[in-house]
Amino acid sequence: MIDKRLPSAAEAVADIADGSSIMIGGFGEAGSPIELIHALIDQGASDLTVISNNTGSGQVGLAALLKERRVTKVICSFPKTLNSTVFPELYREGFTELELVPQGTLAERIRAGGAGVPAFYTPTAVGTPLAEGKEPREFNGREYLLEYGLTADYALIKGTVADAHGNVLYNKTARNFAPVMATAAEITIVQAARVIEPGDIDPETIVTPGIFVDRVVQIAEPVHESELIAEGVSYP
Amino acid sequence: MSESTQIKGWSREEMAQRLAQDIPNGSYVNLGIGIPELVARFVPKGRTFIYHTENGLLGMGPSPAEGEGDPELINAGKRHVTANAGAAYFHHADSFAMIRGGHLDLSVLGAMQISQTGDLANWSTGKPDAIPAVGGAMDLVAGVKQVFVMTQHCTKTGDPKLVEACTYPLTGRGVVDRIYSDLAVIDVTPDGFRVTELCPGVDFKTVQERTGAPLLPANE
Repeated sequence: MIDKRLPSAAEAVADIADGSSIMIGGFGEAGSPIELIHALIDQGASDLTVISNNTGSGQVGLAALLKERRVTKVICSFPKTLNSTVFPELYREGFTELELVPQGTLAERIRAGGAGVPAFYTPTAVGTPLAEGKEPREFNGREYLLEYGLTADYALIKGTVADAHGNVLYNKTARNFAPVMATAAEITIVQAARVIEPGDIDPETIVTPGIFVDRVVQIAEPVHESELIAEGVSYP
Repeated sequence: MSESTQIKGWSREEMAQRLAQDIPNGSYVNLGIGIPELVARFVPKGRTFIYHTENGLLGMGPSPAEGEGDPELINAGKRHVTANAGAAYFHHADSFAMIRGGHLDLSVLGAMQISQTGDLANWSTGKPDAIPAVGGAMDLVAGVKQVFVMTQHCTKTGDPKLVEACTYPLTGRGVVDRIYSDLAVIDVTPDGFRVTELCPGVDFKTVQERTGAPLLPANE
């Protein structure tokens, strides 16, 4: 019998070691797995590389992980968000390194990494400062840049419904990077509001098939970043 | 400066309205954050545009009523939106396959500078203390079939935004097709900037004075 369910977020992230690379789903607060991130803060791992579209807002979730000085590198497309003060300070101080990647290139690097494709050529960023150091090549008279697939030790993602086999459904634009990140990590950890038995999700509707998921934790009432920020919460 | 304050060009809403007239019925459109978002308010009668937002929604609708937003239904500017009938959600790699793969008809973006060869700079001042953030702009200009820029003709300090060569870091090279400013509609052609339409009450000479590159008149 396959059962990927774990009883708590703390147990799901317990083995994440110092120096790990972690993909974290979300676009702004939509899809950000806040409870898993908070469990990671409690767990204490440091010197992390985080791959995520943004760098968090306020003093909760991803921003709180950064604020606790656990992240020494971010691979990211947009590290500037409203209420985002934590990352700019760490970046200017030189504590957290930034690898800036265009958003579509970030998504495709993760997709490629998960699909066993080591590298690909893209037209994005040709002629810009982000092309520096990248191998150019011409196809059919147009210039492209070589980009490498991206994988990670862990992925932390948020779904609405998951089953014990790790099949996952998402909510609206909270899906964003989660399905590709699930494919590209050695260990993918899902938090879902409802965790149900295999067979209870229509196979036609499954977005992330369970083969890409290793651990499932039920977080019945996940909080939203904006609500915590409105309440003035600072984690931990 | 005193001279430029006397010129009354199109308002932002009028620019958006003017631009919307040029979008064919049934177009798949990505509206950039900021001024370009205004275009959605001025869809000409009888036309339907389908809006794409790169964070995973095709068929984006207007903002919901105050207090009725879903924090998991947002646009690329992270504002609450709605989903129209016939909408679809998808993940980020599919979203950028739509963009990079040339499936979208039009991208409307803001600009810091546009060069006479269609180079666009709109993501960074390049200052050493700036936090660089690029988002999806480089993918949009690289992949979408047509790129329209919607911008004030000059910066707040009166410097021209339309220039011979951009001094800010580029978003893309030779990517802009048409510019809608508060003073004119200008095409980027193999011969340079060509004014196709002047804002009523604004003459060609005035637009040229506020442009950092030679302009061609419409009928030449």
